[in-house]
Amino acid sequence: MSRLNDSNVALAREIIARYPKQKSALIPLVHLSQQQNGYVTEEAMRHIAELINVTPAEVYGTASFYEMFRFEPTGKYLINMCGTLSCALLGAKQLLHHAEHTLGIKAGSTTPDGLITLQHAECQAACTEAPTLQVNYRHRFRVTPADFDQLVDDLRAGKLDNEIPPHGTLGRNRQQIPADRAVGAQHPDDVTSGPAWIEIVPAGGE
Amino acid sequence: MGAHGTYAWAAGYFDDGDRPQIVTSRFKYDDSYTLDRYHESGGYQGLRKALEMQPAEMADEVKKSTLLGRGGAGFPAGVKWGFTPAGVWPRYLVVNGDESEPGTYKDRLLMELDPHQLIEGCLIACYAAGLSQCFLYIRGEMALAHERVAKALDDAYRAGYIGKNILGNSFSVDIVLHWGAGAYVVGEETALIESLEGERGMPRVKPPYFPAAIGLYGQPTIVNNVETLANLPFIAANGSAAYTAIGTETSPGTRMIAVSGHVKRPGVYEIINGTTTFRDLIYGENFGQGIRDGNELKAFVPGGGSAPWFVADQLDIPFEGRQASSAGSMLGSGAVIVMDDTTDIPAAALTLVKFYAHESCGKCVPCREGGTWLYRILERIVAGNGTDADLDTIREVGQSICPGEMPHAASERLGLDAVPFPYKMTTICFVGPSAYVPVHSAMTLFPEEFAVLVTKREVRSMIPVTAAPVGGE
Amino acid sequence: MSDEPDNDLTNEDDLVAADTAVETIPEPDPNAVAITLNGREIVARKGETIIAAADREGEYIPRFCYHPRMSSVGMCRQCMVEVDTGRGPMLQPSCMITVLPEMKVETNTPMAKRAQEGILELLLINHPLDCPVCDKGGECPLQDQTLSHGPGESRFVEEKRHYEKPIALSEHVLLDRERCILCDRCTRFADEVAGDKLIQFIERGNATQVSTFPDEPFSSYFSGNTVQICPVGALTAKPYRFKARPWDLEQVESTCTSCSVGCRISVHSSRDELLRFQGVDTGADSDSVNWGWMCDRGRFNFESIEAGHRLGVPLVRSEAGLVDTSWNSALELARQLIDGASSIGLLGGARGTNEGAFAWAQLADAVGIAHRDAQLGDGLSAELLGVPRATINQAAAANTVILVGPDLKEELPVLYLRLRDAAVHGHTKIIEFSSQSTGITRYAWRSIRHAPGLGPVEIAKTLADPTIAAQIASGDVVLVAGRSNMAVSEATALAAVQAVLSAVPNATVLPALRRGNVVGALQLGLAPVDVDHDALATLRLAAAGHLDLLVLLGADPINDCPDADLARRAIAGARHVISIDTLPSESTQQADLVFPAAAFAEQRGTTTNLEGRVSRLNQKVTVHGTARPDWMIASELASVLGHDLGFTSIDDVTAAIAATVPAYASATPTAIDSADGVLAVNTGGGLPSVEATEAQPSGYDYRLVVSRKLYDRAVSTTMSPSLAKLPIGAGAHLHPADHDRVGEPDGAEVRLVSASGSVVLPLVSDDTVQRGTIWAPFNQAGADITDIVDSSTAVTDVRIERLT
Repeated sequence: MSRLNDSNVALAREIIARYPKQKSALIPLVHLSQQQNGYVTEEAMRHIAELINVTPAEVYGTASFYEMFRFEPTGKYLINMCGTLSCALLGAKQLLHHAEHTLGIKAGSTTPDGLITLQHAECQAACTEAPTLQVNYRHRFRVTPADFDQLVDDLRAGKLDNEIPPHGTLGRNRQQIPADRAVGAQHPDDVTSGPAWIEIVPAGGE
Repeated sequence: MGAHGTYAWAAGYFDDGDRPQIVTSRFKYDDSYTLDRYHESGGYQGLRKALEMQPAEMADEVKKSTLLGRGGAGFPAGVKWGFTPAGVWPRYLVVNGDESEPGTYKDRLLMELDPHQLIEGCLIACYAAGLSQCFLYIRGEMALAHERVAKALDDAYRAGYIGKNILGNSFSVDIVLHWGAGAYVVGEETALIESLEGERGMPRVKPPYFPAAIGLYGQPTIVNNVETLANLPFIAANGSAAYTAIGTETSPGTRMIAVSGHVKRPGVYEIINGTTTFRDLIYGENFGQGIRDGNELKAFVPGGGSAPWFVADQLDIPFEGRQASSAGSMLGSGAVIVMDDTTDIPAAALTLVKFYAHESCGKCVPCREGGTWLYRILERIVAGNGTDADLDTIREVGQSICPGEMPHAASERLGLDAVPFPYKMTTICFVGPSAYVPVHSAMTLFPEEFAVLVTKREVRSMIPVTAAPVGGE
Repeated sequence: MSDEPDNDLTNEDDLVAADTAVETIPEPDPNAVAITLNGREIVARKGETIIAAADREGEYIPRFCYHPRMSSVGMCRQCMVEVDTGRGPMLQPSCMITVLPEMKVETNTPMAKRAQEGILELLLINHPLDCPVCDKGGECPLQDQTLSHGPGESRFVEEKRHYEKPIALSEHVLLDRERCILCDRCTRFADEVAGDKLIQFIERGNATQVSTFPDEPFSSYFSGNTVQICPVGALTAKPYRFKARPWDLEQVESTCTSCSVGCRISVHSSRDELLRFQGVDTGADSDSVNWGWMCDRGRFNFESIEAGHRLGVPLVRSEAGLVDTSWNSALELARQLIDGASSIGLLGGARGTNEGAFAWAQLADAVGIAHRDAQLGDGLSAELLGVPRATINQAAAANTVILVGPDLKEELPVLYLRLRDAAVHGHTKIIEFSSQSTGITRYAWRSIRHAPGLGPVEIAKTLADPTIAAQIASGDVVLVAGRSNMAVSEATALAAVQAVLSAVPNATVLPALRRGNVVGALQLGLAPVDVDHDALATLRLAAAGHLDLLVLLGADPINDCPDADLARRAIAGARHVISIDTLPSESTQQADLVFPAAAFAEQRGTTTNLEGRVSRLNQKVTVHGTARPDWMIASELASVLGHDLGFTSIDDVTAAIAATVPAYASATPTAIDSADGVLAVNTGGGLPSVEATEAQPSGYDYRLVVSRKLYDRAVSTTMSPSLAKLPIGAGAHLHPADHDRVGEPDGAEVRLVSASGSVVLPLVSDDTVQRGTIWAPFNQAGADITDIVDSSTAVTDVRIERLT
């Protein structure tokens, strides 16, 4: 079942309605499909194309530009090992080698049990806490080889299930705009005047 | 968990001394990100003040504050708002929370630890500049920021701060949280807009696509960095004079700087703009506390991975844009990466070259082809398979990306004078030049480290670039 | 004749202007911008880019991504020049910078040259050195600019980027990603020009590639254009791959006659064999037809001209079927048949040249053929051509375009491109009336659906709507008029056109008739005098056994007449049939005598497009076998019949047309060869009045819509290997909701029953179809939908019977 399921279609429509133009919802909807399926499937891209009225090629063209979208089955936990300068200065390379050894796989692949995908990553915006890694985009700071092994043990034992949702789920909560408070998005062509709170300067003024 | 519990450097830092805290004042609380804490600590008072003013008055206040954009270019925010063409509606606010510059993180902290401050800043900007919808674009890889900002937005909607008739006023605006999906280049404002339109995040050419004139959906659009907006509640609540009282005339207020690498206490510090020097930041007891293990400073990146490097000669330069550029670099996005004397300079440069080559969007040929070429040559050199000819090739490829004289710092050791920033470029945005900057800095300031790597001089046979057609003209 | 009908000096405003001009200094041209280009003062145009201004001044700036017919993206960075707007020279891409007064541009400074050389070196690092085996070698912008502007040598010693060698983007287009320089031309074309966003950049940075969605080919009708605009050999067209080297090609300009848009093309051959057609763009200021674009049908159907099945000798029916004969005996037999006939019908002429049509009309006049028609009951009354005509440019610049006619994307593809461009990039608002979704529906300001037969009613009602009336009143209106549905009668179709003209009397008309030279043939004497002598009347006469001789001039009524049953009975019922054609068709197979005709590119001449634009057809290859041009066959036949048409060469005929047909008075050979051709329009008259019969729903469930797809059983398509696989095949297309109601799976065969017959067709679920209607593509392989169409009834109502 890799098209969006009914509840996600409802969510998708809500997301689409937040934008003045439908195509803006493309990336959020691809995230939604990745949350549902763990990775981005062709069927999901076709479905998203239908929902926002573009071609599947447009969805694919945009989605494949962004690194977080994965087009093949991915581990339940995606571990991204930062290797950019600040982390490199404090042992990122050695940590990556250690991680490969612990998991018995090369960066860029998934453990045979399908639990963990390991990959090299670029700067994760936690440079003071080098070396860092992210598990499903949740940071781990100042990681030692021992920390890494403990992390893997904890993931395998399911100890982090509450803290780290499966790959594809970005935030455990989503924005919910209350209908009674929402202003609502308008297509830019349908907006003909300035906002109510702005005093309109008469023509020739200023 | 607040900054205290998560970040070693935060312990004691926010309670220590009487440094001004404009944007990090709540970081000391474990519940800094909640609406309750925000209310208790003066939250949404700036918005209330703003709503008592005419929008134009509020905009003027921001202009008078000379609040500089914190995304990297350092352009005054109030002036940027003024570039929107008169009478063209709708206009949008796009919040640039796609922070990904190597060495930099402050926007992530501001979103995770004080999301309401950012939201209040967005509201003040929308009110002042007549922006009728706000899109808060958060870098995809920041799951916690997504959760915290989403919760804060929900709370603020329910509390009447966002949405229809805010605080009973005619002011009405939606703030939509938007997820990025992993692409450094999207931090560039026109690429950010492309991405928000559901496109590949490839920068647009300026001119004509200056967002203030032709931005999101072709409409006037203000793109502001998270930290920039986070300053607005303070300015609205206390007035521009209180803001300009801090720092210098050209660089007022404070700014957040991440100091990472080989310092004893790496951390993200709110410093006084314009007067604090790199020496203060790296060696000061309140900040980095000096080089680790008693080692010597070798070099530092003064403004995020794309900034030309400084060495000890430049330690006394303050965080002031003009002084940094005449010294051959830039302050960029507020990130200092410190390298001590154990650092393998070519290998360090390689990580940054790799970063920018990897992050090229592929639009401009010099960046797409040149960045990768630089990376491959340097990788070969670092692996011990380079030749001196490779060093010339790096400079030549660099010239194809940044023609003319390339900025660099002065070095007394080498007898080098500074070449001021900026460089010329053949690309649309700064990603391409940024792939050349680190290797250029490294080769210029530490030539001896490359010389030992490239001992083999090979006269390579030149390869004709294209075969002439058989029987052609 | 000019595009602008109103440019004489007799109008009052102009006289005033001319008068005052004597005394006052002329105002400076508000559209002129003075800039300095390489030290020279030039006058550029407001709003144009530096590269466009430089092109006009003959200063060539190297470029790859820039294309004058598409938006600038500033992607390849090859066109970097130094621009000084008062703040010192800055390196800027000349395709992105708009000229400003007092701007100084230097294209050849050391800084600019260094930048240009640098880009070329970078473009070449990953480009394979396979020029000697590359189709583009010899006409490759990358190769040419490397030789003229490039560094000469590469310092690149790393491994080049590798990809699997060519992958098919579509049936026609192959992509070699190693050669691709990612200029965004093909992808931009698909998006901006064709509106078929089926190819995209995928991945990022150094890994960026052009790609389709997996398993969804670039099935655009315009895919061949991407090959033509590719600045390297990355995109190649299957029909041309490895066939020739550019320096072996000979070429001549001509006009495509695959449909009546009349695209300007160049015809390429080698060793007397046609190898490819390319679109020609005479420039932004002058090109008024196709802007360099073509559809794939026009681009690739030259294969049929080289097909092995061409008719090469005259054929005569014997007991053994059609057998070869000599021209002399064929002409003699034709003379006997004509002389012996008391009633003759002449159908066709719309696929050939002006000269062929004119010569045959002269012959018909001489012999006294009363029944003649260049259309086959599948078009609209020739009187449509008497209504004040619009040009394509006028339509594309009009405030409002009203469409009452065929799906332009299917029938007149490049007109579709022009109107799509007008709606998307211009200010034109399109109001479309149709019985199903069409290619233009997405771009229409209003797209109004009506049940087949109820067009006139719906049009009158819609045009009276205040919003729509206000739009129409706000500026000029062009009506694009043709036949949208061949399952309604021509009278019903004509009534719809009339409904528009009565509501908008000032509208000018662009006739959307399809066959290549249908307008020329109708204007040059092959139009019926009245409905009693048109194609359907002729066929009815023949079917009733009252026609002695039916002459088919490049016409195949069995496949092209919407009433196939009538056509079959007519050919069987006519005492004798003479066919003049290039390729065998169902109709030629039943003829008594077949003359082989010269095909496109085998003869010189002229053609008239739907605007009335007369343009040149040129010969590029030798005529197949003993085939002869239509005009020559007419001339020789006239001669054996004792008439002298007075033609000894094609130019005699062209001259005779200019001398005798008033609309063509300016169409002298010299004028025709000018870049823009000559407009030949004979206005006057107007539409015959037709009673708009309001065809109300009957007891049947569905009302039938029959219309053409671009690819059908036309011989030029089926005889072109590249196109032969593309027709969708016969079927009964139903709206998904109606489809569910039938309760049969997609593809299941059902019987469609109308008052006049029944046919078994597979069901196809199709959301472009309106509820309550069945749409069936015309002239497709499979059972013939026209078997259940009766040309004498206003609409065709149908019910569906399950076979199980």
